[in-house]
Amino acid sequence: MNPIVQNLLIVFGVLFGALTMAAGLIWIERRMLGLWQDRYGPNRVGPFGIFQVIADMIKIFFKEDWIPPFADRTIFTVAPAIVVATVLLGFAIVPVAPNVFVVDFNIGILFFLATSSIGVYSLVLGGWSSNNKYSLLGALRGTAQMISYEVFMGLSLMGVVMMTGSFSLHSIVEAQQGMWFVVPQIVGFVIFIIAALAETHRLPFDIPEAESELIAGYHSEYSGMKFGMFFVGEYLGITLISALTVTLFLGGWLGPSFLPPFAWFSLKTLVVILFIVLLRAALPRPRYDQLLSYGWKVLLPLSLLNILVTGAVILATG
Amino acid sequence: MSNEIQLWPFAVYTLSVFLIVAIMVILSHFLGQRHKEKETGEAYESGIMTTGTARLRISPQFYVIAMFFLIFDLEAVFIITWAIAFKEVGWVGYLGILVFIGILLVVLLYEWRIGALDYAVSGKKIVKKFKQLNKEVI
Repeated sequence: MNPIVQNLLIVFGVLFGALTMAAGLIWIERRMLGLWQDRYGPNRVGPFGIFQVIADMIKIFFKEDWIPPFADRTIFTVAPAIVVATVLLGFAIVPVAPNVFVVDFNIGILFFLATSSIGVYSLVLGGWSSNNKYSLLGALRGTAQMISYEVFMGLSLMGVVMMTGSFSLHSIVEAQQGMWFVVPQIVGFVIFIIAALAETHRLPFDIPEAESELIAGYHSEYSGMKFGMFFVGEYLGITLISALTVTLFLGGWLGPSFLPPFAWFSLKTLVVILFIVLLRAALPRPRYDQLLSYGWKVLLPLSLLNILVTGAVILATG
Repeated sequence: MSNEIQLWPFAVYTLSVFLIVAIMVILSHFLGQRHKEKETGEAYESGIMTTGTARLRISPQFYVIAMFFLIFDLEAVFIITWAIAFKEVGWVGYLGILVFIGILLVVLLYEWRIGALDYAVSGKKIVKKFKQLNKEVI
């Protein structure tokens, strides 16, 4: 096949795949939560309620696109776009199969950290420009939580980088031929999962939007598709961190050869996503100050020690 | 694999991402209904009448967190540069980063001791103080 056509196919395939996965995830999550909470979940629209997502999407496009008269119009409109755009850009570096990726940056991990940091702006600007006290509180909490956990997220990945000697995600997957990094880097893996959940402010760490305290937190004043974009952004975020967990720690596309690499990657990603949904069903929300103290007092020293121990072991064994 | 990175697929990808986001925002702007009633322009604060503006002063705790972020993220930059080259610099480099991380852990301990990492008042401390005060009164 013509390489240009092939590249274009990959580009739009990744984009389409990410968006479909995010939309499908809404249905998967509601069904799985229903299963674990002993109820049905959506089951009316189409077989097993699978068209619920499409119905919701049509509905949300026709909802009133309300911009509060007291809000800062420009920033209010830009904020939800930032989260969707940055998370989607993060997908560009994920290698789905040995030759299927949008771009193989040699600074792959740093690119991911950068895009996820820019995502914070969406929350800050959205909460601040809404000019609503609950939104402001949500935005403040969210900022504090996200910039705190960003530090540990970056540090927890350094063990993987040291074992590979490269930031490129392609090389990282290839370095896991012998053993998945989840075994030698179990500490880094656990810290990464916790930090990534806090970074996407996903339950149980959904403190910036804690419904029982802050109405809907930073997106209280959002409605229609703008709210939908925050929503889609969250689900895209879950898909992205699951895909990255698989790439960095669970061997990416590697697996026994009876399934193609792409299938292994999708299967592993789906398992991680289901695990994250299970976390939502199983865990209560911690208190805000507990979350921050836990991060600074436990996760930061642990991730630093993890780096030191990894370095010493690798240098000692040669 | 060659060392040359093809950048144009990434450019196409970035453009499509921006296009999709723009379409999402603009389409809903034209498709959505419009209505205006007496209470439409009110802020939603659980049905309570809004008083004052939300441009409030921000608690200094948040600035403290921002400063910690600066300190430790700058530190992360140094650790990242070491992590990518640590095999080349060997044990000498390891010693250097050991001292560096050691100093940072001491800083963290110091912040911990002065209570900068406690973002809310501790219940135990309140009870302790209360008992102490009670004793003094009796």
